[in-house]
Amino acid sequence: MKYLDEFRDREKARVLIREIESLVATIDIARKRPIHIMEVCGGHTHSIFRYGIEGMLPETIELVHGPGCPVCVLPMGRVDDCVAIADRPDVIFTTFGDAMRVPGSKKSLLQAKADGADVRMVYSPMDALAIACRNPDREVVFFAIGFETTMPSTALTILQAESDGITNFSVFCNHITIVPTIKAILDSPDLHLDGFLGPGHVSMVIGTAPYEFIARFYRRPMVVAGFEPLDILQSIWMVLKQIREGRAEIENQYARIVPDAGNSPALQAVSRVYELREFFEWRGLGSIDHSGVKLRDAYAHFDAERKFAIPNVKIADPKSCQCGEVLKGVIKPWQCKVFGSACTPEMPLGALMVSSEGACAAYYQYGGVKSHVAVA
Amino acid sequence: MNVAAHSRQLGKVHVPTVTLAHGGGGKAMKDLIDDVFVEAFGHALLAPLEDQARFDLGQLALHGDRLAFTTDSFVVDPLFFPGGDIGKLAVCGTVNDLAVGGAVPLYLSCAVIIEEGVTIDLLRRIARSMAMTAQQAGVRIVTGDTKVVQKGACDRVFITTTGIGVIREGVDLGVHRARPGDAVLVNGLLGDHGAAILGARGDMALDSPIESDCAPLHGLIADLLAAAPGVRFVRDATRGGVATVLNEIADASHVAIEIDEEQTPIREQVKAFCEILGLDPLYLANEGKIVVIAPPGEAEAALAALRAHPLGSGAAIVGTVTTGEAGRVTMRTIFGGRRIVDMLVGEQLPRIC
Repeated sequence: MKYLDEFRDREKARVLIREIESLVATIDIARKRPIHIMEVCGGHTHSIFRYGIEGMLPETIELVHGPGCPVCVLPMGRVDDCVAIADRPDVIFTTFGDAMRVPGSKKSLLQAKADGADVRMVYSPMDALAIACRNPDREVVFFAIGFETTMPSTALTILQAESDGITNFSVFCNHITIVPTIKAILDSPDLHLDGFLGPGHVSMVIGTAPYEFIARFYRRPMVVAGFEPLDILQSIWMVLKQIREGRAEIENQYARIVPDAGNSPALQAVSRVYELREFFEWRGLGSIDHSGVKLRDAYAHFDAERKFAIPNVKIADPKSCQCGEVLKGVIKPWQCKVFGSACTPEMPLGALMVSSEGACAAYYQYGGVKSHVAVA
Repeated sequence: MNVAAHSRQLGKVHVPTVTLAHGGGGKAMKDLIDDVFVEAFGHALLAPLEDQARFDLGQLALHGDRLAFTTDSFVVDPLFFPGGDIGKLAVCGTVNDLAVGGAVPLYLSCAVIIEEGVTIDLLRRIARSMAMTAQQAGVRIVTGDTKVVQKGACDRVFITTTGIGVIREGVDLGVHRARPGDAVLVNGLLGDHGAAILGARGDMALDSPIESDCAPLHGLIADLLAAAPGVRFVRDATRGGVATVLNEIADASHVAIEIDEEQTPIREQVKAFCEILGLDPLYLANEGKIVVIAPPGEAEAALAALRAHPLGSGAAIVGTVTTGEAGRVTMRTIFGGRRIVDMLVGEQLPRIC
């Protein structure tokens, strides 16, 4: 495929791996312990496993798979709320595909559908709005989920619904923001991270400036990275180079997509429609201040949380679940007590086993095949 | 329904849609069967008007020394899609399930569950497609059944076909027979059927030009086995795709399998389709593709035989059976890394971002 194959070139990968190997050999800390680099975004985690990137890197580099999988970090209580809305006979509940399997305390949306709820998979919130137009006698609810990447499309759909005068459409808003989450991870006392790969798609919307605090106050380098395997290798190289040179800066490897200033029409739509929540509950990480958004009062009539009575019950993560420690890089997925036993992709106990972007599910499915033979 | 055109009158169904009356066992049902199915399937074969088809054992034995017997149900949505329809699929699916066992497919049954309100015209199109595919595949539909159910009790039309074939003497294919060193082959581009169906459903709002690869494969498999009689195993990579078949082989044969992404033939449009939706083409269904395990000495002969057939022109050797961890399937990625190719947990669901 044009514009994709170029970023998957085996020969260029070989050259980059050699560069990474010789660079890491000159870094002092790498002689004492592995260098921990966190990829914040679930899309990166997916690419890393899909292309077997981890196995190509020198053993002195360890990738820590961060919290950037919005499906994974959705708490059980919110899924229960979804099911409660979807179970209403007057409702058509619309959702992205991979959110259907996320377990609630009693059931997932997939199970609710099997039990008779009208749950439909859509690819865009605009599809949900179209369903609302076609079904004026039903309430159509869109399950809005995701970081800043998907926030603008939900906002624009709401603005569209308003200008079209559609009244049977609403949004169950579970959008979350990345920056407070990175900050929460950086503030955790058991942190072992030396640098970050910044989320490419989120940054396409918010730009690179919101990450400056990571460099300035926490003295950690971050490179905003693309999703193709060469993007990821180059970004790892850029992080290592900063470490080697004692720099901590926010750099942009994904400049072909990410403008440093972000996307201002998207940001305008976002600030017009949403405001920050005081706090939002994350699976595995607990409550994080200002990490979620809700609809502003002016758009209350599109807010499913206000339109329908939802249980809004907080369900604690299972005690045996160590997702938080995996997310912070304290332990590797397979070091969790329940990995592969009580917690599998068939019956996920913890957040990270839920979606193919979750670190544990990725390990379980794709495995950490460590083989340097492949690039020799 | 026992197919016996000569003893029945055609042109008796005058209503446009199927009603519960067509399932009542009376005259309306008989007319529907005669006018739609018997009319399409045509030939008068074996004991007309009996409740079962009857076969001469001596005739069957001319083809080989063992019977093969299989059944499959088809519930595809949409009923008509680029490259095929539920009727073609129902014949090819069962023909292929016989053929991958090394059998000559001979006879099919056809049981149809119809939702009330389906048009007679739609049924006719499906029946004619079945008849045409059966004729091309050289099999006969010799017995069947229809049921009509209330609206909502099924999705328009469900079809079950059961097939009988005869396995040639000396052919012994088995999922447990893969040995380290064996070659893994496929007969062409992977994932077309799955992508065609997802595209045709229209929920993704993608205009995709991809056609299903739905085709009867017994001729291809016969040529393959003639050219490479040592072939250990053949399976059609339907639901769950090639990844699932490879896992089944690795598991049953207690071997590891490594495939090479670069050698794995996938159409550019299917790759792009999967990129956009976050799907993996290795798990997409095929309806005209097989996975072949061939001993090292016959890999090239098997490849040549596949490529010589119109349904195998895109054949490739995609991997090898190895002595690695038993049951493990890995892929050398196009990028030079390696990853595990596991069984899917459920259905592939598109990723958010």
